[in-house]
Amino acid sequence: MSVEVDVRGFSCPVPVVKTKKAMEENPGKEIKVMIDTQTSVQNVTRLGKNAGYSVETSQDGEDYILVMKPGK
Amino acid sequence: MGMISSLMSKKWIILFGLLFGTLGALAVNWGNPANMGICVACFLRDISGALGFHRAAVVQYLRPEIMGFALGAFVTALAFKEWRPRGGASPIIRFILGMCVMIGALVFLGCPIRMLLRLAGGDLNGLTALAGLIFGVIIGIFFLKRGFNLGKAKPLTNTAGGIMPGMMVVLLVLAIAVPAFIFQSESGPGSQFMPLIASLAIGLFVGFGAQRTRYCSVGAWRDIFLVKDFYLISGILAFLVAALVTNYIAGNFAAGGIYHWGFAEQPVSHADHLWNFLGMGLVGIAATQIGGCPLRNLILSGEGDTDAGVTVLGYIAGAAVAHNFAIAASPAGINTWSIAAVAAGWAFCLIIGFTMRKA
Repeated sequence: MSVEVDVRGFSCPVPVVKTKKAMEENPGKEIKVMIDTQTSVQNVTRLGKNAGYSVETSQDGEDYILVMKPGK
Repeated sequence: MGMISSLMSKKWIILFGLLFGTLGALAVNWGNPANMGICVACFLRDISGALGFHRAAVVQYLRPEIMGFALGAFVTALAFKEWRPRGGASPIIRFILGMCVMIGALVFLGCPIRMLLRLAGGDLNGLTALAGLIFGVIIGIFFLKRGFNLGKAKPLTNTAGGIMPGMMVVLLVLAIAVPAFIFQSESGPGSQFMPLIASLAIGLFVGFGAQRTRYCSVGAWRDIFLVKDFYLISGILAFLVAALVTNYIAGNFAAGGIYHWGFAEQPVSHADHLWNFLGMGLVGIAATQIGGCPLRNLILSGEGDTDAGVTVLGYIAGAAVAHNFAIAASPAGINTWSIAAVAAGWAFCLIIGFTMRKA
């Protein structure tokens, strides 16, 4: 089961803060983040990659879904 | 990440920072006030004065750079499909936080971008301010880590998103036509400016580059401490280096040049260290709570973010309050009510920080 984080509607840097918290509280788990701006997609992707996660982005209508898997 | 791939991922923001810093320094040689080539806070303050919201006669001019920032971002957002009308995340709090940013900036005499330009022009008061900025940012991060946020924005109509770009077009028309009701400084910083077309062109370019790179002069310092992310700061350091090198090449540090190293007798600057520190500290905490520096909020307002638009209106109101109520500092030092206003701003930010923790 992946941990879901919905940061749609939040402006910078709240999406990064919430995703980071989810990563810290769920070490080793896959994290799925729902995002609504390109800027936050880039910020959260950088956060994940810097922490050693692989990040896959897909688009869902107006929103984006990031699937972050730990450890590559 | 290796050194090379780390640099490659930052190449655009570093390139933009280099160009922005070069232009920011040269803007002074081309006519803008000394050590104020580009100051987002000062320029919004000049616009506030040009509209008569405050009557400080030396700082009134419709700075086309500001309209360029927002409109450059507007066109870029449309072109890159990032136009997203949205809003509703505590706009009234953002308005007052915007006032706090402006009050803090006008006690120091500059936004975090002018702080870098002042440093690049030898004004060491920029160091005191930088220490204050980082202090404020770290307190802002303390709140962010406890779950501080201003709530969720909702998608809005194109009409709502278009209000700020529309207002910027109106301001630009007023800057070109200069009808009699617009105030225009005859002396002081407000009377020093580049040709309108140059100001606008630089503004549009910065609007484009800042929209693409997400350039932010407060977020840069925040991301170092919050997530050890050095993306934004690389653009800030590039800006500082480029401005410094440009000032040396342009001869601004030469004998008879406009700049020298030190704390004293710097252009449009004072050396009251405590209030430079706490003033810029107020900018640091309030801008961290808002989510970005004044330039970043202008860019976001151009992307249809009406919360950022309300923040920009807060800056303009804050400038009016700062100059009407003897809060804004001057080269002579801080003003009658500077201390009270900075203290009130800090108190407001702390209350907001402790109380705004909605999921």
